Amino acid sequence: MENNYISMKNINKSFGKVVANRNINLAVRRGEIHALLGENGSGKSTLMNMLSGVYTPDSGSIFIKGKEVQFAAPKDAIEAGIGMIYQHFKLIDVMTAKENIILGRKNSFLMNEKTLSDKIRDMSARFGLDIDPDKKVYNMSVGEKQTLEILKVLYRGAEILILDEPTAVLTPQETEKLFKIMRKMKEEGCAVIFITHKLNEVMEVADRITVLRKGETVMTVDKADTNPKHLTELMMGCPADLSIKRIETEKNNVAMEVRNLSAVNSEGIKVLKGMSFDIYSSEILGVAGIAGSGQKELCEAIAGLHPVKQGEIVFNGENLVGKSPAEIITKGVSLSFIPEDRLGMGLVASMDIVNNVVLKLYQKQKGIFIDRKPAEQKSVEIIERLSIQTPGIKHPVRMLSGGNIQKVLLGRELDSRPQVLITAYPVRGLDVNSCYTIYDLLNEEKRKGVAILYIGEDLDVLLELCDRIMVICAGEITGIVDARYTTKEQIGLMMTGTVNLMKEGEKSEHDNANNYTSH
Amino acid sequence: MEAVISFLHAAIVAGTPLLFATLGEIITERSGNLNLGVEGMMLMGAVIGFMVGLNTESTTLALLAAMIAGAGGALIFAFLTITLRANQVVSGLTLTIFGTGFADFVGQDLIGQIAPESLRLFFRPYTIPLLGDIPFIGPVLFRQDAFVYLGYAASILLGLYLYKTSTGMNLRAVGENPGAADAAGINVTLYKYLHTLLGGALCGLGGAYLSLVYVPALQEGVTAGRGWIAVALVIFAAWNPYKALFGAYLFGGLDIIGFRIQNLGIDVSQYFIDMLPYMVTITVLVVVSMRKSREKAGPKACGIPYFREER
Repeated sequence: MENNYISMKNINKSFGKVVANRNINLAVRRGEIHALLGENGSGKSTLMNMLSGVYTPDSGSIFIKGKEVQFAAPKDAIEAGIGMIYQHFKLIDVMTAKENIILGRKNSFLMNEKTLSDKIRDMSARFGLDIDPDKKVYNMSVGEKQTLEILKVLYRGAEILILDEPTAVLTPQETEKLFKIMRKMKEEGCAVIFITHKLNEVMEVADRITVLRKGETVMTVDKADTNPKHLTELMMGCPADLSIKRIETEKNNVAMEVRNLSAVNSEGIKVLKGMSFDIYSSEILGVAGIAGSGQKELCEAIAGLHPVKQGEIVFNGENLVGKSPAEIITKGVSLSFIPEDRLGMGLVASMDIVNNVVLKLYQKQKGIFIDRKPAEQKSVEIIERLSIQTPGIKHPVRMLSGGNIQKVLLGRELDSRPQVLITAYPVRGLDVNSCYTIYDLLNEEKRKGVAILYIGEDLDVLLELCDRIMVICAGEITGIVDARYTTKEQIGLMMTGTVNLMKEGEKSEHDNANNYTSH
Repeated sequence: MEAVISFLHAAIVAGTPLLFATLGEIITERSGNLNLGVEGMMLMGAVIGFMVGLNTESTTLALLAAMIAGAGGALIFAFLTITLRANQVVSGLTLTIFGTGFADFVGQDLIGQIAPESLRLFFRPYTIPLLGDIPFIGPVLFRQDAFVYLGYAASILLGLYLYKTSTGMNLRAVGENPGAADAAGINVTLYKYLHTLLGGALCGLGGAYLSLVYVPALQEGVTAGRGWIAVALVIFAAWNPYKALFGAYLFGGLDIIGFRIQNLGIDVSQYFIDMLPYMVTITVLVVVSMRKSREKAGPKACGIPYFREER
């Protein structure tokens, strides 16, 4: 075992027929940041869930400090000093930071509120974590929630810190702060395992890197002995060109005009606050923002699914506000929204491709009975066009892989030949190759003159793919910038509302737009 | 004045079975289990409590038996929904049907019998010194039977348990987000089992109050739909044991208001009065559904079976 802090040997885990981990080996040392790199579905999270006691391995052994351990529940892993920060935070929304921290701990039966608060303040000061112990989780920003998760783990005396894609939801500034905390942990002698698929982050913080591919360990390398290109090859198993092309097009006419759009959610809170912007045909307008800044509501408002309180959406000289979703689709505005669980909106999971296509087409059909013939033809077309991997058009959508499900959804939307395409998180959870297929599809539509509103998560992709980027913060537009002349940091500042280009006068935005059209 | 005091006193008595059932369902739902078998568990408690009381003439044994009967019903539900992860709504409805049948079967020879003398004596109204002498409040609240006092104590204890103890906090976490609770090292299955059983025991007590004190005799279907009102009361009380106290007594008042109005010589149809609690229940549900506060919404994971390795 030498100086290996954690070592996992020949780990196997299957879910039904799907093999998630096959003979995986991993060794992590004390005082290092160890990156676990791999595409989506390569088995990173599964492996770490076994280390934190959520899953039980089918076979294989785990050693902590040279001693073999067997975790029956997360509790056992916590006791062994393992602290995991999950990708989807494990926090209780209606409770305060403090309550979340002491949850499940063996403290006195009756809680002493004051000493607890003090203890937490001490700890947050020591690690440079800024948190208000009495704030409720539902009032917290994503960054605060993550800080709380880290504090929670430290409070439990964790010496092994596992972070599952922690930067996916953070602004560049918050990411920097997180890296600082990670380095501090490392100095204190902790082992930090960092799961990611972002190469630049790996190169920035990691000491050693283990690459996984399709559920198997490819190899472990020292950062000094590798480079992003090499890592990509290890990840994908073949040399790959990882640049997204932004195709240049002529753009002149406004496809859709949004004026002063406001909306409230079911709790009566303002979620869209007077948004005004244009989408040009033949352009991809990216939308950047912290999760929950109004992206979903904006999409839904345009598609007619979310009530609009005020403002107008002008499309072909007509105001879409107040029109039914079906009317909006007929006019040529299409929405493909990929929620976190991928299937929640847009497709019916247990139906096959044909029926899912019928869902969008049948409105136009006459008669009582459904005629599936045209839909079957369309389904075959969609499968061929997007090279969807499926045993057949009659195969339930639920049984397809995530990437193929998303292709079905996008394919169906494109099939209606929209003039405006709203697409939210189309590459969420996809492997690298599928991502590029989707980018190519979007570019193709752009070339055809479609105006695309692209709501994305990865700032690097937004910068490379989009023509302009609109940044939103808490339902407000904080800037619309030309993607060619902006940086991640600038966008990050606008995402948190630190910089607000719109407040500095309407003029600058106008200039931007003008500059843009003249290009 | 006399009439008001007497009405409020009676409202509390009539609300006590509702209170126990509501508290039981609150504690069950807080663990993330929506158990619609309240009516069934109450009936099981009513019959078994009555039977043991009749045969042993012991108050303690009667109440204990009622609790075990209610918890036994809850155990069926818990095994189905927690261990086998069966649908909670269907399992709960089944439990109600089972409980009704069970009560009819076990109690068929006892129907119409009156609760034994010793128990009726034990549960006669008792004036608490000092408190009972406070004008107005005293006669309403503190000249009640021991079971009513047990109800006060149960609400307060459960309130303290939920909001002031670490176990109570863990329980709330289980009902809100079992995944997070599990990751925090809480034994989710154990919490769900214990609190579902405790909830069943409380429902059983609610049933026993009807057959041993309120009526006090065994009738067929002695609960008369009170279990369903309790399910609605849980929402009305926003899953809060203190508010359950007020909710239960309010509905207790509605239960008896008919007789009082008729006593005043006002002619109201008995059928209309019988509808009252249910009409108010519907109104309450409408009003409550418009409530927007996150804190007053129910446990988020209530009704969803938990499976750790689910992907």
